[in-house]
Amino acid sequence: MSSEFEPTILAFVCNWCTYTAADLAGTSRMVQQPNLRLVRVMCTGMVDPKYIVKSLLSGADGVLVSGCHPGDCHYINGNYKARRRVKLLNEILPQFGIERERVKLTWVGASEGNEFAATVNGFINEIRELGPMEARSMAVV
Amino acid sequence: MATTAKLQVENNNPVVAIQGLLRGLLENESIGGVLVPVHHFGKSMPMPTLVTDPDQLSGADPLAPAFPMNSAKLLSRLTRGQTGERIAAVLRPCEIRAFVELVKLNQGSLDDVVIVGVDCMGAYKNTDYRTFLAGRDPFEATLAFHGDHGGTDKPDAGGVELSAACKSCEHPSPANADLIVGLAGADLRDALPVLADSARGEALLNALGLPAMGENGRAKTLEALVKVRTEHRDAMIEATRAVTGTLTDLSEYLSACVNCYNCRVACPVCYCKECVFNTDVFEHKPWQYMGWAKRKGSLKMPTDTIFYHLTRMAHMSMACVGCGQCSNACPNDIPVMELFRTVAARTQESFGYVPGRSLDEPPPLSVFKEDEFQETVSHMA
Repeated sequence: MSSEFEPTILAFVCNWCTYTAADLAGTSRMVQQPNLRLVRVMCTGMVDPKYIVKSLLSGADGVLVSGCHPGDCHYINGNYKARRRVKLLNEILPQFGIERERVKLTWVGASEGNEFAATVNGFINEIRELGPMEARSMAVV
Repeated sequence: MATTAKLQVENNNPVVAIQGLLRGLLENESIGGVLVPVHHFGKSMPMPTLVTDPDQLSGADPLAPAFPMNSAKLLSRLTRGQTGERIAAVLRPCEIRAFVELVKLNQGSLDDVVIVGVDCMGAYKNTDYRTFLAGRDPFEATLAFHGDHGGTDKPDAGGVELSAACKSCEHPSPANADLIVGLAGADLRDALPVLADSARGEALLNALGLPAMGENGRAKTLEALVKVRTEHRDAMIEATRAVTGTLTDLSEYLSACVNCYNCRVACPVCYCKECVFNTDVFEHKPWQYMGWAKRKGSLKMPTDTIFYHLTRMAHMSMACVGCGQCSNACPNDIPVMELFRTVAARTQESFGYVPGRSLDEPPPLSVFKEDEFQETVSHMA
């Protein structure tokens, strides 16, 4: 079954760094698997935990949050706040069998198109290996 | 600091003795009112009441094993902004801890409030308190509940059990209070120790002119109480983990939830002014419901139950003081307190945070350090 399973990945990427990197990866014609849905946000600091929870309950098999490297945040410190929120979800979600690996936080700078493509491809492969999110088959969520 | 005064008990009635203490505070010129549970109509549930007339303290029953709501939210209302007068508030330890959390979020202030903490022997759920009263005079019932000696849990008094939250509460003694009524270990027919736990409390206590009191075994009684309750808490967490280990299990655990959001309303530390679950974000269109239903063949209504509870955990688990008002408010008797405390135990431990412990500890999600939680970030290349 897992060989037929194609994961759906949602990515919250910051406008200033990772979104630009995604753009660069695209215009540079880097090969990326088509399992990703990008959501551009102004800063990872605005990604409330509930966005990630809702994604996982509504069909996403993994959620990527990606922003500027520490020190590079356009709003000075939004990425540090995102790190605490992802840390919080890392403690809550595994208590209900949602694997820690399904929520990933990375820093990808605007010039790192290759890093973005590698991150995305790596994450998609990891989740394909891990299998579908339990919520996909649940009528009650 | 650490003055201990002796509050004499007359006629074997510690409730009247504490009323006397509050009257003394109210007659002190610096205190304009006292927030304390009062039996109105001479029976039923004691409700938090702001008393300004010393004569009306005769209905006050701060020892009643009833806990209709967490007064931290009420005190937040009374201290947001100036009244020009100081008030005293008689609170349970969990109410103080919740209030400290609200003060950190600028939803209350300790400037003009004197906190009177009472060693907490626990309380019944609202519905169980009625059963416990069984038509008795509420003051008589309170005295019967506490017996002669303060500080031993009496879970089966009156044929009903203390609330699960109270049975598993490891904080029977108040922290961050100005004055503490040391119920634990006291001979309730003789005298209650009143401890000053701040400079402000010290000044008030000295003004009351009560005689000094020596050690009466309070620490030892509290220690024994904490031990029993901690064991109970650990067993509760383990039992809850065992039945909520997967999303399907969690869904079953919460299957009686009707999305009434009472647990959120009752929660003293659910701090948002407007909850997202009340906004039109959740005003879905009929075709959306149809679409979701068709995707899986069926759709449980109301939707977003698990989403709501997981979001609440993300928002409040760091500040959860374990008061159990969520379970108290649940119309379908879902053991939500057990669930939230289980989650909170892990999140609070991971951030090294104890809610209500100190005003100097900022809420973990309001701050950050540059060099922390490196393992949270993945590096691909």
